[in-house]
Amino acid sequence: MIKFNIKLLVLSFLLLISLRPLQSAEMVDPIKVNWSFKGLTGTFDRASLQRGFQVYKEVCASCHSMQYLSYRNLGEPGGPEFSEQEVKAIAASFEIEDGPDSQGEMFTRPGKPSDKFKNPYPNVQAATAANGGAYPPDMSVLVKARKGGANYIYSVLVGYEDPPPGVTLDDGVYYNKYMAGNKIKMPNNLMDGLVEYADGTQSTVDQMAKDVTTFLAWAAEPELEERHRTGVKVIIYLILLTTLVYLSMKKIWSRIDTEV
Amino acid sequence: MSDHEYVPKSKAGKWFNDRLPLLTLGAHLTDYPTPKNLNYWWTFGGILTFCLITQIVTGIVLAMHYVAHADLAFASVEHIMRDVNYGWLIRYIHSNGASMFFLAVYIHIFRSLFYGSYKSPREVIWIIGLMIYLLMMAAAFMGYVLPWGQMSFWGATVITNLFSAIPLVGESITTWLWGAYSVDNPTLNRFFSLHYLIPFLILGLVVLHIWALHVPGNNNPVGIDIKKPSKDTVPFHPYITIKDAFALLVFMIIFAGFVFFTPNVLGHSDNYIPANPLVTPAHIVPEWYLLPFYAILRSVPDKLGGVILMFSAIFILFVLPWLDTSKVRSAVFRPIYRQFFWILVIDVLMLGYVGAMPAEGIYLILARVGTVYYFLHFIVVMPVVGYLEKTDPVPMSISEPVLTGGAEASLARKVNDKV
Repeated sequence: MIKFNIKLLVLSFLLLISLRPLQSAEMVDPIKVNWSFKGLTGTFDRASLQRGFQVYKEVCASCHSMQYLSYRNLGEPGGPEFSEQEVKAIAASFEIEDGPDSQGEMFTRPGKPSDKFKNPYPNVQAATAANGGAYPPDMSVLVKARKGGANYIYSVLVGYEDPPPGVTLDDGVYYNKYMAGNKIKMPNNLMDGLVEYADGTQSTVDQMAKDVTTFLAWAAEPELEERHRTGVKVIIYLILLTTLVYLSMKKIWSRIDTEV
Repeated sequence: MSDHEYVPKSKAGKWFNDRLPLLTLGAHLTDYPTPKNLNYWWTFGGILTFCLITQIVTGIVLAMHYVAHADLAFASVEHIMRDVNYGWLIRYIHSNGASMFFLAVYIHIFRSLFYGSYKSPREVIWIIGLMIYLLMMAAAFMGYVLPWGQMSFWGATVITNLFSAIPLVGESITTWLWGAYSVDNPTLNRFFSLHYLIPFLILGLVVLHIWALHVPGNNNPVGIDIKKPSKDTVPFHPYITIKDAFALLVFMIIFAGFVFFTPNVLGHSDNYIPANPLVTPAHIVPEWYLLPFYAILRSVPDKLGGVILMFSAIFILFVLPWLDTSKVRSAVFRPIYRQFFWILVIDVLMLGYVGAMPAEGIYLILARVGTVYYFLHFIVVMPVVGYLEKTDPVPMSISEPVLTGGAEASLARKVNDKV
């Protein structure tokens, strides 16, 4: 009798929870992509990260900052793993403001690997003003800052559509199936063949969206590969230790007549 | 307390112990007679101690790198995640550690509710425990503010605004708490200071909690008083220490699962957006462990009423030992109370669930029903059921679950089934 009641209650509770998707009806669920970095042992696709950086550099970086990343990160293990020369060359291709020098003057110099990624705008207000009143968010942790993570970012990149009949859009506003509220101020910047991949990969919209999302996922969680690797080791170690402690416990408690 | 007087073997040990009886204390802790029938629900005390130490150690390291300034806090957290050696690990242990801490404390509290551990003579242990819980909530709330993300900022705004519901002086109190006219840099600074202080207050209370526990000794699944030491008890070391170690390791496996494989699943993605006083998130939700109280708060259309009800939901627990009229401690022998116990568990889970949902439609109705039931449980069910309920026969001791002649075998089996 008691057990039955409890089960019934638990069941009704679970039913309640399953109603949850109903409340976010206005938004379409993001496309599920089988990312290589998913799962317990997931790692980033190195080539995709390098291509993704190229898309970021040639397309996104003209509006979006990535202020928490440094050029040296591009050569670190678990990331795009550009060679030391490549990282130096990438950094040197940016003019970085430095100073003040001994005369009190600011000056510019070629970037070094230790420099942070160069911001496209001097400040948030300038970025907002230049983009029709919508600040292009910093992309350092963007994947972690959006519900749905990488799937959501990818979906938005490929989710541009003509607005359905009856929806009118202001100037500089675009219709996107996956964006909350369906209205986005970022234009659809990706078109087939936009970038020329060094490794010869076809630069379709889908390919570029996947590559740049992979790059952003790494940027948000540069520790992901190390975290997964360490995690597997830690869990194996803990399971072994738990087994040993369990056996010790059984042995110790066998001295008395009580079950443990 | 230990019966036999402890005498250190070495001369130096004796010399020291005569001046400060630390060795006697150590001997008391290892010999401490513990009921031998404690089940795994009793291992959460040790697990909670581990959680507290983990939070303090990781927190101290994080504080070496964190900057408590509105303009720098978010960036300093990213600095920890990216540039500090194993900073990501330390921070994820700390942030998930808070959740694991609350998971363990809720199990610990409900263990106490089921087995009547709050009842005489353990009221003071219970009350100290509740004070620890209150401080934990304060520490967790302030800790969540420190990364200075959107949820940090707006969570702080919502919670501190609760004090503005106080008649006449509410506004002034809120301004005083903020140190400004809105949640701002001074607020962040003082929250950091208090967030660093509170764990040490908790540590002090934990010492009192354990001290108070060692006066009457542990309750146990059968809920009866036992003679100590006796056939019913085992020395704390090695029997309980090894069992606690085993349970702790299982707990650590789950903990590690969160830290290494889904470190952000318990947080809110909005907290990776830097705080922006000009943009309000669509739904402001606290961390999961505060959701039931958030649901109670929002179930009342009046702000002051909601605040009073929310605080009452916690403070009613302080008088619980006197609301429960039952002579029997353990719910194992309380067929009616046992059912209400599980209904309360479901009720609190439901409140937690609706706390995460928008306060409208069916969720608001559920929140109200859940809130009313929560208070009914403590104000009506506990005194009335304790008074009217016909309890099952309670055994005389743990080793010999015998009451009056006759149904010995069946009773023994019954106890074993349930315990």
